[in-house]
Amino acid sequence: MQNAVSFQHVSRHFGAVRAVDDVSLDIAEGEFFAMLGPSGSGKTTCLRLIAGFEQPTSGHIEIFGTTAEGLPPYRRNVNTVFQDYALFPHMTVGENVAYGLMIRGVARAEREAQAIEALKMVKLDGFQTRRPSQLSGGQRQRVALARALVNKPRVLLLDEPLGALDLKLREQMQDELKALQKQLGITFIFVTHDQGEALSMANRVAIFNEGKIVQAGAPSDVYERPRSRFVADFVGSANVLTPDFNARHGGEKTWASLRPEKIRLALPKEKLPTGWTSATGLVTSVSYQGAVTRIVITSEGNRIAAMVPARDLTTSEGDTLTFAWPRSAAVAMEDA
Amino acid sequence: MHSEHRAGIPLTLAAIGGLLFLHIPLMLIILYAFTTEEKSFQFPPPGYTTRWLSVAWYERPDIWQPLYLSFKVALIATAIALVFGTLAAAGLSRAKFFGKESISLLFILPIALPGIITGIALRSAFDIMGLPFSTWTIVLGHATFCIVVVYNNAVARFRRISGSMVEASMDLGADGFQTFRHVILPQIGSALLAGGMLAFALSFDEVIVTTFTAGTGVASKTLPIWMLDELIRPRQRPVTNVVAIFVMAVTFIPIVCAYYLTKDGEHTGGAGK
Repeated sequence: MQNAVSFQHVSRHFGAVRAVDDVSLDIAEGEFFAMLGPSGSGKTTCLRLIAGFEQPTSGHIEIFGTTAEGLPPYRRNVNTVFQDYALFPHMTVGENVAYGLMIRGVARAEREAQAIEALKMVKLDGFQTRRPSQLSGGQRQRVALARALVNKPRVLLLDEPLGALDLKLREQMQDELKALQKQLGITFIFVTHDQGEALSMANRVAIFNEGKIVQAGAPSDVYERPRSRFVADFVGSANVLTPDFNARHGGEKTWASLRPEKIRLALPKEKLPTGWTSATGLVTSVSYQGAVTRIVITSEGNRIAAMVPARDLTTSEGDTLTFAWPRSAAVAMEDA
Repeated sequence: MHSEHRAGIPLTLAAIGGLLFLHIPLMLIILYAFTTEEKSFQFPPPGYTTRWLSVAWYERPDIWQPLYLSFKVALIATAIALVFGTLAAAGLSRAKFFGKESISLLFILPIALPGIITGIALRSAFDIMGLPFSTWTIVLGHATFCIVVVYNNAVARFRRISGSMVEASMDLGADGFQTFRHVILPQIGSALLAGGMLAFALSFDEVIVTTFTAGTGVASKTLPIWMLDELIRPRQRPVTNVVAIFVMAVTFIPIVCAYYLTKDGEHTGGAGK
């Protein structure tokens, strides 16, 4: 399949700051691709490089096989949903959505019909005569989405699309965006710092740190097999085991990650199934989180968090506790 | 904001007195446009007539040249101010650079400086450049403070246009010109109109800077300067008052319009000059 977007050794420097530092990346047509990372990691700059708001300092960008560097935003078949939505306050919702069509010279009746179609797609039919100021945050987000999609872009860029919405609306929009992407078959590329959002929506995730992609792959792959301590910690807060600890418990003498939910509590002299290992430590905190309880245990100099079903719990701070995990759950990582 | 307190009687009287002091002279100007006595301002006027309106219109061709010049200068100075004031506001509201605050201050300075300073400075600058005094030197002089008025009005509006709005327009296929026409201009339009009208009003009745930047001779006399001359040598004095009423209308109406155009929570920059 053709690549929708291809980065070849792309860098973008702002003075001495390397916002994007030698990134190579291929995004296939039809993918729902997430760029995940903390703020300042270069993910938004990458998005802006695709949109054309930034030009690379070095390297090569292709969008559907066409060289993109040097092309201004208005000559790219790419549309963006902005974090602050960037709706035009002096236009109605309908005029906002039809803006791209108007610029392209589509006749009024035709563009109004298409705008109404696009608004239907985001479940806002009947809103075309309102002003953006009369809409709620969630509705504005939908207008921004319709305004981008009405142009039938080959790539849709979303910059922290759900950042400004409250939790419930965010979950609802996640489902809707996923359904919309499946229905339209357009390549969606979105930027987020929320790992839950990235894992649940995307087919593929790239994790950014300090201007570089530190790992890319399917959400389950990135989650289960983090390659570095940064990824292990950033994606789902995995425990990071020191090489010594890992070696003592049946692993290699390398850094390893261990997901909190892979750990269960054990009795001190319990006979464990084959392939399992255990350690003992001091409980330093217990926090109830509804369905699960998070226990932090200090064991042999490692700080290890475990998520256990709430009903299993009889422990409290200061107790000595034995916990067990399958050896295969401790995944070896590079040192970084 | 709405206080239940009523102002005391002395304060009320002082306020009324202040307003009367400011506005009775204006009433007198209107009154003396209709007096039958043409040499001195005696009160009350010995009689009333509308004769001076027709005298001003039919028998005083010397009014037309200054009137035309004042309109021309005000229109050109306003046009220059609209272009440069908008550009300056766009640049300074968007960009971040070292010394930005100082540059903003420099932009506003011409309106804060006494006209006489601006006048002397411009006059000596024109001399050094060897620029002959003409209509255009008056226009340049007026443009210095007209730009400030437009800039002040536009910059407040530009701050409300987020950078992403411009990017969104470009993203949707609009080039720079289309973005200006469809996204920026509609949002700053009323501020520009208000700024432009204020600039026009300021230029139309300016005396001090004009005195320094105008050449000599009849051709470089703007309407306010003509009026000043008329007061010095009394001849058909009420005609001057008729013209004064006209000037009041020409400057007052735009200022009122500008006030209503920018009433939604913004100050009308430079209205106080």
